[in-house]
Amino acid sequence: MTKVVTANRLADGAIVYLAGSDTWSTRLDEAAVAADEATAAALLAAAERAVAACQVVAAYAFPVAVADGRPVPIDQRERVRAAGPSVASDFRD
Amino acid sequence: MYRYDAFDQTLVDERVEQFRDQVARRLSGALSEDQFRPLRLLNGLYLQLHAYMLRVAIPYGTLSSRQLRTLAHIARTFDRGYGHFTTRQNIQFNWVRLDQAADILAALASVEMHAIQTSGNTIRNVTADHLAGVAADEIEDPRIYAEIIRQWSTLHPEFSFLPRKFKIAVTGAARDRTALKVHDIGIQVVRDAAGEAGFSVLVGGGQGRTPMIGHVIRPFLPKADLLAYLEAILRVYNEFGRRDNLYKARIKILVQTLGPAAFTAMVEEQWQALRGPALALPDEELARIAAHFAPPTYARLPAASAALAAARAEPVFERWCRHNLLPHKQPGYAIATISLKPEGGVPGDATAAQLEALADLAERWSLDEVRVSHEQNLVLPHVRQDDVPALWRELRAHGLATPNAGLITDIIACPGLDYCNLANARSIPIAQQIQRRFANRERQEEIGAIKIKISGCINACGHHHVGHIGILGVDKKGAEFYQITLGGDGSERAALGEITGRAFAAAEVVDAIDTIIDTYLGARRHGEAFIDTYRRVGMVPFKEALYGAH
Ligand code: SF4
Repeated sequence: MTKVVTANRLADGAIVYLAGSDTWSTRLDEAAVAADEATAAALLAAAERAVAACQVVAAYAFPVAVADGRPVPIDQRERVRAAGPSVASDFRD
Repeated sequence: MYRYDAFDQTLVDERVEQFRDQVARRLSGALSEDQFRPLRLLNGLYLQLHAYMLRVAIPYGTLSSRQLRTLAHIARTFDRGYGHFTTRQNIQFNWVRLDQAADILAALASVEMHAIQTSGNTIRNVTADHLAGVAADEIEDPRIYAEIIRQWSTLHPEFSFLPRKFKIAVTGAARDRTALKVHDIGIQVVRDAAGEAGFSVLVGGGQGRTPMIGHVIRPFLPKADLLAYLEAILRVYNEFGRRDNLYKARIKILVQTLGPAAFTAMVEEQWQALRGPALALPDEELARIAAHFAPPTYARLPAASAALAAARAEPVFERWCRHNLLPHKQPGYAIATISLKPEGGVPGDATAAQLEALADLAERWSLDEVRVSHEQNLVLPHVRQDDVPALWRELRAHGLATPNAGLITDIIACPGLDYCNLANARSIPIAQQIQRRFANRERQEEIGAIKIKISGCINACGHHHVGHIGILGVDKKGAEFYQITLGGDGSERAALGEITGRAFAAAEVVDAIDTIIDTYLGARRHGEAFIDTYRRVGMVPFKEALYGAH
């Protein structure tokens, strides 16, 4: 399953996505997309190094679909994390 | 109001500096996240869905203008310009940075506030009736005892690592506005046959995965024994509460497993061993704390204000008075509910500008006091009736005059999947949809008193089990669904809601609520409130209307 690795930045808590082996972005569309388990494991290993280096916390991988070359979260939870609270806009999925 | 003494102030100041050092060590890598997490939780700092969230205690729901202004300052300087009032008389800031958290705690400490024990397996912020000291049906001000419990439980070494979190509510009135019966311990001031005031002690209520109504284990406890008795309950729980299973760790499960009678016997035995000078509440200390909650100096006024009566000729103002104004025990005064449930807003949210405006209004017209209710509204407890029209105009100018206290749009909703890491589904958008559907004020009045409560997961922070209509978010294969319960009640007539049947998809919920309301309106007898109709006719007509004959 296609996956992206995410975490929160340690110092400010901001949601970040692993964009390269040691770069993180606050934008989901810049995330590195792992198309297979081996790539996902390599991304997670890179994320764990960032956890150990006190850059981020709570790293994990989550499933995405890819549309127009961009990752799109499948679960509601990750959709809300990527887009921010939906409360000003109501349900508009 | 209670003011910190040197001991209280030193304790919170020291805690700020300890936390500052802990954060620095975390950022430098000297502490791992596993080492740091329990330390940040001890100070109310969570890592939520989008960012860190700081939960600040508002002991017994009482705030001064000075404190409110500091909360506004924190919202503006360290957050995104707003705060969220919860169902436990806390305020949460949703967008906090770890590297600024100690500065926020320092700002709080400067106005005698803190975030200690707003998380973790400890005795949490002690809540009280938001009408304490002003309700006509009150025997004594419950905040006196809530403050005593706060002092006793804060950093109590024996109770810092309980099997699970522990929530205590206190009321001094017969009408329960605290959801007393669904707390780990509920304390109610009562009188014995001789007219002496003491406490009725209720244990083992709770919501969450296994909701239960608490049991009165001691109908009358003399005041002096309050702490000895609480300590006895906590000791029994600390020793016998389950630590091996998260879902069975609350005291309600222990009370259920042992049976209330056996549990009570164990507590009473402990109590006899603990009774004595060390834990007895001396009269002088009681009097010292009680003095902080002495009634303010009220003006001598006629019981009813002619100015207010004349102003009520204006229909829009009259509507607000009808729903948001309560009688005060002092002649010539009124209690004003400030609804934080504007149509399409986020239940319980207030902006920094609104908090500042309220601080000014409280200073000017409510003897410098604001209350926070567990229903996510605010209260100005001491308003002269003569001043109500002017107050209302100011509230209106700040978007704080929604005339819906106790009506269908006055909905409790937890943060849900928009903010909370544990959520299954969103709560706030469901509340907003219901508010829009029932926006017509005449229709709201026609429906009358009703409590809708929404939780985004089974933890039940939104009190859905005790909503007249409860809505619980569940996850069905990655999609948001909602289970509806009817007949719950968080008052002195406490009851747990009954599930209607299969859950509804997000897009179906508001229609389901409409169907429930139509069924009620069709079945009610003249003047009957929703909950009373439900009690009389039961689930069947609602079920039929929702799901058809199948
Ligand atoms: S009820 Fe669940 S979703 Fe709502 S705030 Fe509590 S833990 Fe979060």
